[in-house]
Amino acid sequence: MSLRSYIIARILLTIPMIMLLLTFVFLVVRVLPGDPASLHFEKQVDPQLLLQFKRRLGLDKPLEIQYIDYLSGLLRGDFGKSMQDFSPVSQQIFSAFPATLELAIWATIIMISVGVVLGVQASRSYNSLPDHSIRVFGTASYAIPVFFLGEVMIMIFAIYLHLFPAGDRIYAGMEPTGLTIGDMHWKSGLYVMDSILEGNPEKLLMSVRYLFLPSLTLGMVLCGIFVRLTRGNMLETLQLDFVTAARARGLKERTVVYGYALRNAFLPILTMMGLQFAALLAGAVLTETTFSWPGLGRYLVDRITFRDYTAIQGVVVFFGLVVAIVSLAVDILYAYLDPRIRF
Amino acid sequence: MSDERPKGRIVVQLFPALKDLTRRGLAGWVILAGATVVSLIAIMTVISPWISPYNPIDINVGPILSPPSSQHPLGTNHLGQDMLSRVYSGGAIMFQVAILSVTVCIVVGVPIGLFASYTGGYTDKVASLVMDSIYAFPGLVLAIAIAAMLGPGVVNMALSIAVVYVPSYFRIIRSQVLTIKELPYAEAARMMGATGRSTLFSYILPNVIPSIVAVATINFADAILTAAGLTFVGLGLPISTPDWGWDLTYGRRLLTSGTWWVITFPGLMVVLLALGFTLMGEGLSELFNPRLQR
Repeated sequence: MSLRSYIIARILLTIPMIMLLLTFVFLVVRVLPGDPASLHFEKQVDPQLLLQFKRRLGLDKPLEIQYIDYLSGLLRGDFGKSMQDFSPVSQQIFSAFPATLELAIWATIIMISVGVVLGVQASRSYNSLPDHSIRVFGTASYAIPVFFLGEVMIMIFAIYLHLFPAGDRIYAGMEPTGLTIGDMHWKSGLYVMDSILEGNPEKLLMSVRYLFLPSLTLGMVLCGIFVRLTRGNMLETLQLDFVTAARARGLKERTVVYGYALRNAFLPILTMMGLQFAALLAGAVLTETTFSWPGLGRYLVDRITFRDYTAIQGVVVFFGLVVAIVSLAVDILYAYLDPRIRF
Repeated sequence: MSDERPKGRIVVQLFPALKDLTRRGLAGWVILAGATVVSLIAIMTVISPWISPYNPIDINVGPILSPPSSQHPLGTNHLGQDMLSRVYSGGAIMFQVAILSVTVCIVVGVPIGLFASYTGGYTDKVASLVMDSIYAFPGLVLAIAIAAMLGPGVVNMALSIAVVYVPSYFRIIRSQVLTIKELPYAEAARMMGATGRSTLFSYILPNVIPSIVAVATINFADAILTAAGLTFVGLGLPISTPDWGWDLTYGRRLLTSGTWWVITFPGLMVVLLALGFTLMGEGLSELFNPRLQR
């Protein structure tokens, strides 16, 4: 199979998956509680008012019409209206998403670097104390609720040591403005990148300080699987002939391990990154809530408090679409890097 | 083919593997360690009404936010509740939710997995597609959506968690059945005239059970962490129930005043319980299927 036909086949497979997911979320919100509109009002509400409320949200139409509206809306990038103020949910989603993306990127960097370094160290000291302690750490990291770790981090680094802020994304009013060329303005919404584009080291330092604890927390909780993966992979690779040959040529041990052997672990790590992306987003929801990080997860949790079911539906659908697109991208990248997968 | 056979096989498959755990190397010790931690916490939870110095939901049994002292060894929270008593009894909810959701997962996931993978063809493709779609979704986000719609309660919480984890069972069963049904002994059974149903239940199922046990054990840990997560985003049980998740949720707001004891002890209990199940699950996976990766 050529790369092109693989990509086409993979995309065709993604479409039914997305459709199933959209239908599932639609049914959960419309059918599971009976009527999301009545559920929104905790107490009895004037039927006239309820009908008006439903009409504004399109919840008075028959289910099949609602379903068609919902799908055609999504095609236009419309994630529905909020039950609270009838504003389009998509606006909120798009303004909160960069914060989540930035957290996810930095957490990924920490997760991979900690995971790979510890995994390599464990494999080099196979069956000794460092190896055992690293394995215990890897297993224990699964068992820690991310928000508990976050709370401990806040307690130690923010409250007692005053090293990092306990929450939020930046000092109010200090949001970086991004790139300005003449009258042209462009910003990504990722504060670290925007501070660099603005050329403001003060804002850069501040963005990093605010980012540090949340991304460290999320990265540490998810790094266990990479410790295990790297360790297992390295234990096998270090036995192979090409590693012995590299050593025999007198290369430094560090070059042999990181420059030669570790390359073999690259593809499995990439695959695992794709698989872990969903876990990363789920972890981000809790991390954002812990650190009052103004991203999508926090928006979702806020909406729960307001019983804003249409907004909850919008955010959940958005999460699903992001995961589907990322896993598609990872699979295509994988097929490109490793031709064996295409056959 | 008598009817006794399958039952006999199950016993032969599962229990001898668990005998003499101390002589089975590291995996055996890991299972024992995990089982010990889980049992101790379970015992503590069961006997909590007798060992708790105070009623865990009574407010103002002491001064509010008192640090650990001889009166309140683990301190008190912002409602003046005794944290030691809350730590003793806060696991009951975790156990209930986890047991219920794992049971639902097994009851739903195992039959679908067996049937789809043994039948193959169109049924298998459709079931796999549905399960893969759910599996690919961020589990907690899906559980949040379902729990938000269903409303609070132990059963609703367990159901929303179960929906997320059914695919894990489906996948492990499917991959096992696909391998086992091509093995010579399964083929021999079919050649000797065993019907599809008896091949599935008498010959294939017994060999899948160890994997189900391993997955279910790891799933206990996931269910506990997800339940704590649901509570943390505000979808937990009402305040009248002692719950480690609730303490972790409300303790977050007390951190700024330097109150460390409200989150620390319940948090450690969640970690210990999840760790106990994880260790058991990992040991079991290694024992039953050394190549199985999580």
